[in-house]
Amino acid sequence: MKIWVFAESEGDNATTATLELLTKAREIGSVECVYVGANVDAIAPQLGEHGAAKVFALDAGDGLPGVIGGAAIAGLVEAEQPDLILFAQSGDGRDAMAVASAKLDRTVLTNGVGLAADGDTVTVNAAIFGGNTLVDTVFDGPKPYLAGIRPKSFVAEPGGAGAGEVVRVDSVDAGRAGEAKVLERHVEEREGPKLEEASVVVSGGRGIGAEENYKPLVEDLANMLGGASGASRAIVDAGWVPYSKQVGQTGKTVKPKVYLALGISGATQHMVGMKGSDNIIAVNKDPEAPIFSVADLGIVGDVHKVVPALIEALKNRG
Amino acid sequence: MNVVVCVKQIPDPAVPGELNADNTLKREGKLILDESDSYGVEMALQLVEAAGGGEVTLISMAPNNEVSGLRTALAMGAAKAVLVSDDALHGADALTTAKVLAKCVERVGGVDLLLAATESTDGYTGTVPAQVGALLGWPALTFAKHVELGDGKVAIQRQTEAGYDDVEAPLPAVVSVTAGVVEPRYPSFKGIMAAKSKPVDEVTAGDLGLSGDDIAAHQNIVSVAAAPAREAGEKFEDDGTGFEKVVAFLDELKVI
Ligand SMILES: Cc1cc2nc3c(=O)[nH]c(=O)nc-3n(C[C@H](O)[C@H](O)[C@H](O)COP(=O)(O)OP(=O)(O)OC[C@H]3O[C@@H](n4cnc5c(N)ncnc54)[C@H](O)[C@@H]3O)c2cc1C
Ligand SMILES: Nc1ncnc2c1ncn2[C@@H]1O[C@H](COP(=O)(O)O)[C@@H](O)[C@H]1O
Repeated sequence: MKIWVFAESEGDNATTATLELLTKAREIGSVECVYVGANVDAIAPQLGEHGAAKVFALDAGDGLPGVIGGAAIAGLVEAEQPDLILFAQSGDGRDAMAVASAKLDRTVLTNGVGLAADGDTVTVNAAIFGGNTLVDTVFDGPKPYLAGIRPKSFVAEPGGAGAGEVVRVDSVDAGRAGEAKVLERHVEEREGPKLEEASVVVSGGRGIGAEENYKPLVEDLANMLGGASGASRAIVDAGWVPYSKQVGQTGKTVKPKVYLALGISGATQHMVGMKGSDNIIAVNKDPEAPIFSVADLGIVGDVHKVVPALIEALKNRG
Repeated sequence: MNVVVCVKQIPDPAVPGELNADNTLKREGKLILDESDSYGVEMALQLVEAAGGGEVTLISMAPNNEVSGLRTALAMGAAKAVLVSDDALHGADALTTAKVLAKCVERVGGVDLLLAATESTDGYTGTVPAQVGALLGWPALTFAKHVELGDGKVAIQRQTEAGYDDVEAPLPAVVSVTAGVVEPRYPSFKGIMAAKSKPVDEVTAGDLGLSGDDIAAHQNIVSVAAAPAREAGEKFEDDGTGFEKVVAFLDELKVI
């Protein structure tokens, strides 16, 4: 089975989600990538190290990478005949899978957390109803099959015999979709470990009360524990913290050693992004809050009392 | 400025979801406006108002000619709606849904901008808006947390992992918005009364020229299982010493 992975990068590194997909894909078959970006020379060796034999590369300039990537994939399929194309469930990954799906007239199975192949039968395992129910779905139409997989579904490991040979794609027909232009990128400063990789994550929700409480309650505690600070969507949408901190269905998936949820109710869409943590601690003043159903340690109390006392105690330990 | 908004009508999300015998989502009974789409409706109303002319049209695909959710959005101020309801669309996947919605946009005609939500509350594939864009051959700008129109163009702030990008495209275009984009209004009493007589154009897949293979789903659910549940641990009422429990637990885990 020939598998394609839509590869993405962050600066000069392939994203962890991309490497996770490559690791899984090389278990199932032969692997090639499609990559959109000007820095393919930096990225291709990493993709090769994780099993990609070839990297079809193009530079979208100021176009949208997902949209251009999806159109490029659709354009290459006839000549290259991949059987299965995998996308990470990221912003650009979603654009790419949507565009490829529409252009190729193929269904796309999304939000996958597991993948298996048996001969020509490909099964995607996905969590529905906010993660309470797992369903196995098989493709039954013509190939290629398209699947979107959530980050952290597999563990990225180098290996495989990929060469990461770069094949440049010089023309893509994205039609009017190609007229969308990125005028400027705004990168928010981040301190400390990356949210997805931190071994301790402290997240705040609407229960922290106000934007100005985020730093003293959530960020300071995260720093003291050498961890990263996260958030529920409620406070991202309210503009208190940037989207890069959002944990959950539409944000990041985290699996730290300890996850602390402060003033977060535990909506299914939040839990889908943190339920896999090794240990969960929750502080919420409502004893009925759903977050307690997954917490190893639950404190029914006011974050404004519990958290400052906790920070004080940690300080005293030095 | 004519803006069309995708409006999904869904079962009340507060009620746990269920599957039919054929493993499709149960979507019978009263359906409500997906809250995620109330942001698109509000955004559309504001953009049309700022442009000083034009109207907001809703498009929706839902079973059993369900209009409850549409009426809510009409009560907010949209002018009219197209509703696609057809047994042949039972179990439709995201691509089929996108095909239906793209045909609705063509049916409305003269559309400058199509708004949708980043993802629906019950399906959350998050692909429908960009699929509709690709089918119409329009630029699709996703994940917008800010939207502006001017000069025959739409400009958005697109949420990214690292921050946000300023992205622009000529009209007509598709934009999917996040829940942070605007604060949706509550329908007024007058709005609710007026919504009752606003036109809803009810059509079938066939009326849109879609049939057979156009709308066939190429996927089969082969098994459904409950996800392994996580067990709840200890829960303490804070009596002023709750923080000590946290310190002890962090200590035990060797995090401190
Ligand atoms: C399609 C879709 C995708 C979504 N994606 C995400 C996602 O990626 N991530 C996400 O987080 N959400 C997501 N959501 C939103 C989700 O449904 C919830 O609305 C959100 O998670 C709620 O955030 P919250 O827990 O901060 O706020 P609330 O639900 O309002 O909870 C606040 C909690 O704080 C507690 N509290 C209040 N005051 C105090 C105090 N002084 N001390 C202690 N506790 C206090 C309250 O008891 C309450 O439990 C999504 C929703 C949809 C429909
Ligand atoms: N049946 C539908 N009727 C109208 N709009 C829809 C429908 N399905 C999806 N959409 C739109 O597309 C968005 C993304 O949906 P989804 O891809 O299911 O997450 C939704 O939030 C709606 O704006």
